[in-house]
Amino acid sequence: MTGQNGSEKKQKGLRRVWSQHRDDYLFMAPYLILFFIFTIIPVMVSIGLSFTYFNVLELPRFTGLQNYFRLLLDDDIFVLALKNTLLLSVITGPVSFFLCLFLAWLVNEFSSKTRALLTLLFYTPTMAGSAYLIWQIIYSGDSYGFLNGLLMKFNVIYEPIQWLQDPDYMLPSAVVVILWMSLGTSFLAFIAGFQNVDPALYEAGAVDGVKNRWQELWFITLPSMLPQLMFGAVMSITASFGIGDVINGLFGFPSTNYVLHTMVHHLQDYGNIRFEMGYASAIATILFLLMVVTNRFVQRLLKKVGV
Amino acid sequence: MKMNAITFLRKSKKVNRSRFGTAFLFIVLLVFASFTAMPLVLMVGNSLKPLNELWIFPPRLFPRSPTFKNYLDMFRIMNESWVPFLRYLWNTVFITAAGTFGHIIFASMCAFPLAKRNFPGKNLIFNTIVLALMFNATVTAAPNYITMSVLHWIDTPLSLIIPSFSAALGLYLMKQFMEQLPDSLLEAARIDGASQWRTFWDIVMPNVKPAWLTLMLLSVQGLWNIGATSYIFSEELKTLSYALSQIMAGGIARAGVGAAVAVFMMLVPVGIFIFSQSNIIRTMASSGMKE
Repeated sequence: MTGQNGSEKKQKGLRRVWSQHRDDYLFMAPYLILFFIFTIIPVMVSIGLSFTYFNVLELPRFTGLQNYFRLLLDDDIFVLALKNTLLLSVITGPVSFFLCLFLAWLVNEFSSKTRALLTLLFYTPTMAGSAYLIWQIIYSGDSYGFLNGLLMKFNVIYEPIQWLQDPDYMLPSAVVVILWMSLGTSFLAFIAGFQNVDPALYEAGAVDGVKNRWQELWFITLPSMLPQLMFGAVMSITASFGIGDVINGLFGFPSTNYVLHTMVHHLQDYGNIRFEMGYASAIATILFLLMVVTNRFVQRLLKKVGV
Repeated sequence: MKMNAITFLRKSKKVNRSRFGTAFLFIVLLVFASFTAMPLVLMVGNSLKPLNELWIFPPRLFPRSPTFKNYLDMFRIMNESWVPFLRYLWNTVFITAAGTFGHIIFASMCAFPLAKRNFPGKNLIFNTIVLALMFNATVTAAPNYITMSVLHWIDTPLSLIIPSFSAALGLYLMKQFMEQLPDSLLEAARIDGASQWRTFWDIVMPNVKPAWLTLMLLSVQGLWNIGATSYIFSEELKTLSYALSQIMAGGIARAGVGAAVAVFMMLVPVGIFIFSQSNIIRTMASSGMKE
C-alpha cells in the first residue's frame, strides 16, 4: 500500500519537475542526446566489450578478464606501449603545462600589441593542422636535412644523425615537436588568468612585504588564478595521454622497433586494422582510466599552490 | 608617471621589478619565440624556394630567389587529379561550416539552462561534461565506428559533422562564460513576458559573442584539418587536408609544394584567430575549474 503511494508520489513529483522545467530540458535535449550517443554510450560499450571477444562479424562472446590478462601478461608490445605512453606523458604533460604557464606569464609583461603578436606566434603551431610535417625536413636524415646541415656546418657532428629512425634519438626528437605544438587552450587560459588578477592584490602584497616578482607569482598571482590552472592541467594531461597522430606523421606507423609506440597506436592497431574490438576496448578502457585518474590526482595536487 | 625605458613593456603597475630580472626574462622569451618561429619561417621560406634551393648544404632559412611556382604547382596538381580541387575544397568547407554552426547552436542552447537556471540533474550533467574533458576522443573511436555503421552514416559527411556538435570543451567554455551574465538582464526579459527561446536568442546570444567566437575557432581548428578518416572511403567525399597530404606524400621532389600546402591550410584558422583573439582571451578568463 505505502509502496504504491510512494511510487505515485514519485510520479507526481516527476510530473511537477517536468511542468516547471520543461523548457530547460528541451533546450538541453539536442546537445545531450548527441553527447549521449557519441560520448557516454561509447565509453560504456567500450567497458562492456572489454570483457568479450568481438570481431564485428560475429556476436560478442563473454570471456571475462581474458583480454586484460592477455594485455598485461602476453602482449609485449602493449607493455611497451604502456611504458611509452607513461614516459611521454610524464615528460610532455608537466613540461607543457609549465611552459604554457611560464610563457603566458612572460607574454603578459608586454604591452597589448606585442602581447597579441606573441600570443599568435605561440598558438600558431597548435592551429596549423599538418604544419608539424615541416619537422620532417628539419629532421631529415641526410646532410641536407636542416638540423643535420646546421650541426655539420658548425662541426658539432661529422656524420648526419637519423633523427627519425635511430632509436637513441627518436624520443627526444618527438618530445621537441610535441612541446612545439603544446601551447594550446591552456596557454590561452593562462594568459587570460594573468590579465584578470585583481591589481589591488599586488598593492596589498607589496605592503605585506612581497619582495620580488617570484614571490609575487607564488603568493599572489598563482593562487588567484587557481581555477585556470586546474583547467589548463586537464587540457595538458588529456593531450599528453592522447599523443599518437604526430608520431604517425613523422615516425611512421609502427615506428622503428616500436620505440614510440603508444597506447593510442596499439588501440588503433587492434581497433581499425585488426578489428579485434574486444581487445581494443580493453586497451581503450585502460587508457580511459589512466587519463581520468591522473586528472583527478593532479587536481588534488594543484590545491597546494600558494601554501 | 614614469615612462618605462623599454616602451613595448607594459607600463608597470606592479612593484619590485629588478632590471636584471627583466633582462633575463626578456632573453628567455626571445629564445622560446625563436624556437617556435623557426619551423614556421622555414615552412614559409621553403614554400617560396625554387626546386634547386630546397636541398643545398648548408641549409638556408630564406629563399635567395623567391618564387610562387610551388603554389601554382599545388593548384596544377590538384586540378589534374581525378577528383577536382574544388570538390575537396567544398567538402571541407561544408563539413567545417555545418559542424561549427551546429556546435555553436547546440552547445549554447544546452549551456543556457546549465548556467542560469536551476533544475534537478543540473550538477550531474555538468560534472559529466567536465569528466568528458578528462579523456580523449581516441578512447571512443572504436565503438563510434559501430554506431556510425548502425546509423548508416559510414561514407557520408554526417559521420564527421554530427558528432562535432556535441564537443565537450565548447559546452564547458560557453557555460562558464554565460554564468557571468548579470541575472538582472534575464530578470528584465522575464518581466517583459519573453519566452525562454526569445530570452535566449535576443538577449543571451548577442551578449555571449566572445564565447561563440571561441567555439568557432576551436571547432574550425578541428574540422578544417580533418584528413583521412576511417569513416569516409569514397574519393569524391574526401577532405582537402587528405588531398593535400597526398601531395605531401609525393616525396622530396614535392617538398616545396608540400610546404605551400601547409601554409595554405594554415591561413583559415590563423585568420580566424587574428580576427577574434581579444574575444577568445575574454572567454578564457572564465574557463576556470572551481573544483
